[in-house]
Amino acid sequence: MLSEKAIKQVDEIIARYPAKRSAVMPALYIAQMEFGWLTPEAIEAVSEATGVPKATVKGVATFYAMYKHKPIGRHLIQLCTNVSCMIFGAERLVDIIKNKYGLEAGGTTADGRFSLVIMECIGACGTAPAMLVDTDFHENLTEENIVKILENYK
Amino acid sequence: MFKVTIDGKTIEVQEGTTVLDAAKMLDIPIPTLCHHPKLTPFGGCRLCIVEIKGIPRPVTSCTTPVSDGMEVTTSNPYIEDLRKTVLELILSDHPNDCMVCEKAGDCTLQELAYFYGIRENRFEGERRIYTKRDGNPFIERDLEKCIMCGRCVKVCDEVEGVGAIDFGYRGFSSKICTPFGKDLNCEFCGQCVAVCPTGALTGKMWKQKGRQKDIKEIETTCPYCGCGCSLTLHVRRNEVIKITSREDTLNEGWLCVKGRFSYSFINSPDRLTKPLIRIAPKDQSNPPLPPFVKGGRGGINNSLLVTRYSSLFREASWDEAVDYIAKRLKTLKDKYGPDAIAGLSSARCTNEENYLFQKFMRAGIGTNNIDHCARY
Amino acid sequence: METILLKNIENPNSADIDEYIKAGGYRSLQKAIEMQPKAIIDEVKKSGLRGRGGAGFPTGMKWTFASSDPKTPRYLLCNADEGEPGTFKDRPILEKNPHLLIEGMAIAGYAIGAEYGYIYLRGEYPGAKDILDTAIRQAYDRGLLGDNILGRAVRFHLSVHQGAGAYICGEETALIESLEGERGQPRIKPPFPVNVGAWSKPTVINNVETLSNIPYIIETGAEAYSKIGSRDCPGPKLYCVSGHVERPGVYELPMGINLRDIIYTHAGGIRGGEKLKAVIPGGVSTPILPPDKIDCPMDFVNMPKHGSMLGSGAVMVFDDTVCLVKVCYRALRFFDHESCGKCTPCREGTGWLSNILGRIEHGKGRDGDIELLLDVAGNMLGKTFCPLGDGAASVVQNFIRHFRPEFEGHIRDAGCRLQN
Repeated sequence: MLSEKAIKQVDEIIARYPAKRSAVMPALYIAQMEFGWLTPEAIEAVSEATGVPKATVKGVATFYAMYKHKPIGRHLIQLCTNVSCMIFGAERLVDIIKNKYGLEAGGTTADGRFSLVIMECIGACGTAPAMLVDTDFHENLTEENIVKILENYK
Repeated sequence: MFKVTIDGKTIEVQEGTTVLDAAKMLDIPIPTLCHHPKLTPFGGCRLCIVEIKGIPRPVTSCTTPVSDGMEVTTSNPYIEDLRKTVLELILSDHPNDCMVCEKAGDCTLQELAYFYGIRENRFEGERRIYTKRDGNPFIERDLEKCIMCGRCVKVCDEVEGVGAIDFGYRGFSSKICTPFGKDLNCEFCGQCVAVCPTGALTGKMWKQKGRQKDIKEIETTCPYCGCGCSLTLHVRRNEVIKITSREDTLNEGWLCVKGRFSYSFINSPDRLTKPLIRIAPKDQSNPPLPPFVKGGRGGINNSLLVTRYSSLFREASWDEAVDYIAKRLKTLKDKYGPDAIAGLSSARCTNEENYLFQKFMRAGIGTNNIDHCARY
Repeated sequence: METILLKNIENPNSADIDEYIKAGGYRSLQKAIEMQPKAIIDEVKKSGLRGRGGAGFPTGMKWTFASSDPKTPRYLLCNADEGEPGTFKDRPILEKNPHLLIEGMAIAGYAIGAEYGYIYLRGEYPGAKDILDTAIRQAYDRGLLGDNILGRAVRFHLSVHQGAGAYICGEETALIESLEGERGQPRIKPPFPVNVGAWSKPTVINNVETLSNIPYIIETGAEAYSKIGSRDCPGPKLYCVSGHVERPGVYELPMGINLRDIIYTHAGGIRGGEKLKAVIPGGVSTPILPPDKIDCPMDFVNMPKHGSMLGSGAVMVFDDTVCLVKVCYRALRFFDHESCGKCTPCREGTGWLSNILGRIEHGKGRDGDIELLLDVAGNMLGKTFCPLGDGAASVVQNFIRHFRPEFEGHIRDAGCRLQN
């Protein structure tokens, strides 16, 4: 079940669209915030709030890369490795994160501090390589500054 | 009416007809995998691609409505090359086990691979591996054989209105999903099985019962309810091994779980095939028969059950049984009057039979105590 | 040159409504609602504005189609799902000049008779989401959005719909599916969105940059606008330059500027004085060009004549330290990841192109692999459901067309010379 506040939020979102179904994606974001990730209960809650069959909600949720289907850490590192970032050594940065935190792409550190997701282009090609930590953009990353930046996230 | 020319042959068709349907009318074959005449067009498999004069890109004939004066080419090396590549790509990720596949001989993919002569595949590598874990008794889902045509999703949504399955994930990893990837939990109508063009969806009870050889197909009507859906019984050595329904029937090939899967009663040892007359009165002191419980019969095997019934009844001929009923009804009517008797008939009988039955009750017995599960 | 799209963005508070109004903002909206909707559309038509999303379709024509469809309500969607690798041109507008977009949308909504608009914003821009939400709220508070815009009986409501990481949603019908709460898989065309779009109603979908051109066109008039840029494709264009140049970034320049000028004059030339190896002029999907082919005017009409496309104007520059097999492989991994899975040639084809390129890059290439790549690509190009498959196929074809020896070398030497 979603919290009362979340249900209210979903209802507000539903009112923006001519069809209830349009609220599925925003509701998935809200459910993800509430449950931490898209647990079966979260999917069920979205299905209930929007009147869309569960199989369909699941189908929508798994189509988009940014919905989480397993628990994630306190901070989500979304590192771009697409062409512009790759030519400036983004793959090395993946290795650095792996060595420093024992964190593999798609995984979460044992202490639940970080999760790492490899992203397709995040629109920071002019300041490559770049990453998003939670909702903050960090650009012009280097092998030196990446750990310093991550150390600000406890 | 629109005049359209396909491969040099001209035909007049109604506005809104697709190029694929127009070609069908001209008996020009166009290969398809995702198309189903009763479902909304999908345009995904790309096999039915054709060239139309004046349009730079080839188009899918299943989604393109004809326009007046249209000139269509359904086959040339450019198009056939694509079709062959598409098939190769699908087969590169398909278990090559036609020998033991339930669908062999009735499989659209196999048929197309045959026509395009695909034996060696230029693509070889990792395949998607999915474990089968459905425990339901009706539908076998083998996702490795799924070609993502979407017919099952559409039939579940558009025809059944259930939405038990949908596309999940994306791209190469897409697959047909139940909610949370759990066991299929639906009405088990099996419509998805009926429309699946490959061996991805099959009936569990069909397994290793026979494919095409020595199978007789017998047309009949479903005995379950008054709808009277047409059935095709697949019979091997006097045993029904599968039930399907043709698309050109009244029910358009659609069936429910009972019509499609519930045929094991035919050869069930529990089935009554002769009239039985009770030889001992119901005895309250007799222990009641074990209840019918899910997953078995309370631990009692069938032969024991038959023995117990047999101890209360004896077999009789139809003549004897009818005589017996007539005699008993007459006695009851004489003693208690006609309204002491009531008749209940069944939707499994035909209209004529039901008519005769009420006539018998009203005119023969003389009572209006007559009812039917769908009401008179 | 006077900046139109990036006007005032050096101002740290440029996203604030007061700053925007101070710099002359929302005057066009005021002017527009005193005009007849048809007059606005005519003005846009006359301006020659073409869609900046990549296809270059004339904007005025799109508006005419939708506004002449009798079905109502109509909808206006802004495509802010800039997912094409190399592209970051809309981000400065979204983050630093959101009111320009909002003003453009309010004018467009009034012109086509749409009372509801949605900005389909990619999930990868969480910052822009907050900025847009704030800006929209400010616009509502000032009566620039809502039921009575500027006190008149003009209605336009606007909200942000956040995507969640799917490149395919940049395709307009997939965007509509996504907006409707579905999986972002493209729809069969025709019918086109201008007739049967969002919720089956006439719908105009314009790119962020396209809509941001509208206020200027209304304010200064089509004639003045059409003097900017090239004759066939007038107006300013945002070029986003990345890769091995001295000054990567977003440049607002007249449409049709020479590609060489963008790289050498504006972006400062190749970083560290290295040698140029290749340029992708319009985002990963557009055909790559070797150094001797970069003297071309960057607009929708001229680029195809020079063997490429303007695309999103995302100029990606590679110096000769870059392994282009690796770039090609990375690009195909992207397409493989983003293929929606609806049609067979793209779903299976992008996977195989990526697999085969991977084995070439990793030194396990086989004789005949290049022919196999070209064969698969040839059977995808023009035959897939939507342009995503075309993009993937054309990347492979063009990389091999211009840099075949590098691919052959990888197979021959069982690996990459540049990286060893």
